[in-house]
Amino acid sequence: MVEERFDAIVVGAGPSGNAAAYTMAKEGLKVLQLERGEYPGSKNVQGAILYADALEKLIPGFREDAPLERHIIEQRMWMLDDTSYTGVHYRSEDFNEERPNRYTIIRAQFDKWFSQKVREAGATVICETTVKELIRNTQGKVIGVLTDRDEGAVMADVVVLAEGVNGLVGQRAGLRDELKPDTVALAVKEMHFLPRETIEARFNLKGDEGAVIEAMGTVTSGMTGTAFLYTNQESISVGIGCLVSDFKESGEAPYALLEKFKAHPAIRPLLAGSEVKEYAAHLIPEGGYNAIPSLFGEGWVIVGDAGQFVNAAHREGSNLAMTTGRIAGETIVRLNRTRQEFSATNLALYKKRLEETFVLKDLKKYRKLPGFLHGNKKALFGLYPQLVSKAAQTWFRVDGTDKRSKEKEIMAAFRKSRGLGGLLGDAYRLARAWR
Amino acid sequence: MTRTSEKANAATTGAETGESVKVEEKLYYNRFVVDAGRPHVKVKPHEMPTEALLALTRMCPAGCYALNDKGQVEVTPDGCMECGTCRIVCADTGDIEWNYPRGGFGILFKFG
Repeated sequence: MVEERFDAIVVGAGPSGNAAAYTMAKEGLKVLQLERGEYPGSKNVQGAILYADALEKLIPGFREDAPLERHIIEQRMWMLDDTSYTGVHYRSEDFNEERPNRYTIIRAQFDKWFSQKVREAGATVICETTVKELIRNTQGKVIGVLTDRDEGAVMADVVVLAEGVNGLVGQRAGLRDELKPDTVALAVKEMHFLPRETIEARFNLKGDEGAVIEAMGTVTSGMTGTAFLYTNQESISVGIGCLVSDFKESGEAPYALLEKFKAHPAIRPLLAGSEVKEYAAHLIPEGGYNAIPSLFGEGWVIVGDAGQFVNAAHREGSNLAMTTGRIAGETIVRLNRTRQEFSATNLALYKKRLEETFVLKDLKKYRKLPGFLHGNKKALFGLYPQLVSKAAQTWFRVDGTDKRSKEKEIMAAFRKSRGLGGLLGDAYRLARAWR
Repeated sequence: MTRTSEKANAATTGAETGESVKVEEKLYYNRFVVDAGRPHVKVKPHEMPTEALLALTRMCPAGCYALNDKGQVEVTPDGCMECGTCRIVCADTGDIEWNYPRGGFGILFKFG
């Protein structure tokens, strides 16, 4: 498709691929980035929250022209049963700062902006082009990719696989295993449009302030999963996701679950009168540290969702994607400058550097959490939210019962449902998984 | 041959009850470029569907899988959002063949 040879080929134009391509092009490498969508972002889905820190390390002045929706000043964490929520809210004026820490974004718009920066840095970006497979030399080293264009082979010193969670190239080349249904979540989401004054009134916001809700509980019908609601300027992103294995086992339809969340008495008024303009579905890698594949080899590296870089406990992903893309890019620049081979031995520097960052430190910290959540799903996503709600209601309802009796009733409800040993065991296992 | 479909004026929809959800109505909001005659997902011929294949008739977020009158599972991937759920669920059974649509075809998210 193109005659010339490149220093590096990046497969995919999401946050990790853009970070890698930008880093390398800015340093003068000859970079080709291939994207199968009509434009960068057209195949990409996220909640979405942008974490400023990871992007600042690439483009310090991004706030000048990036399409940002709202900076987040309020975080609501809700535990739901069918009629109630029990919540922890954190709102602070301190988040109204000169360089806010977190923003809501709309990915199709944000990715287009990011891609423009990649082009300005000097990379060649070609869309509507699907990479079908890797090209290797006789020693097995990756030396290029084969695309679905006419005469679709294109060569490079190194290939960065930023092909996302559902990436086929790495899997079909045997570089990483097929995803397992219990380490990946299926999330569905809708975009609900409302006048910005309505959003600001409903969420107690002014100007570009934003609020986000993360919810778990009976809304996932005992499946391992969470729901979310994020405020954009003139729209609300609302979605829900559960492990693929749990969907398979339960027979629940993802869109029915989304409707159930939207119909919850605490959510419904927030969306009332909205106009839906899009429905999206996407996978989220949730296997954590233990699910991370080999990240480098002879002539290739893997970055972003393709490498399972998601911190499910903290709902972080795009920042891990950008950081892995940036560090892979920096590693390649360094090898290019020093005229070293793109061998597995030399590319190992990429993983070594990741181990020194929050990316692998955090994933390692929570390595037992996915197993804990999945193994205790019925209690965590069904029983406990109900018990907590019942306890709160018993406590707040004034009905002539004395407080000591109310305390006994609450304790008895917990012991009866889970047993003292069960409660202590859950607490112990959670503490261990969190450690 | 290509065809694009996009709903110009999406209906006003607030929260609805979970029971009567029609996924077709949701897909109507989306923009697809259909690669006519070249479906990117195919179900392999079978007499009786495996458990995994049958599960897709419920869990596909675009409702692409349905039973025909012979009790076999068929796929119509025109509304597919390319999430990959079916590919993963059937990875071990080999019930389906899944490829990306050709470059430029398939789902086209306006917001994502």
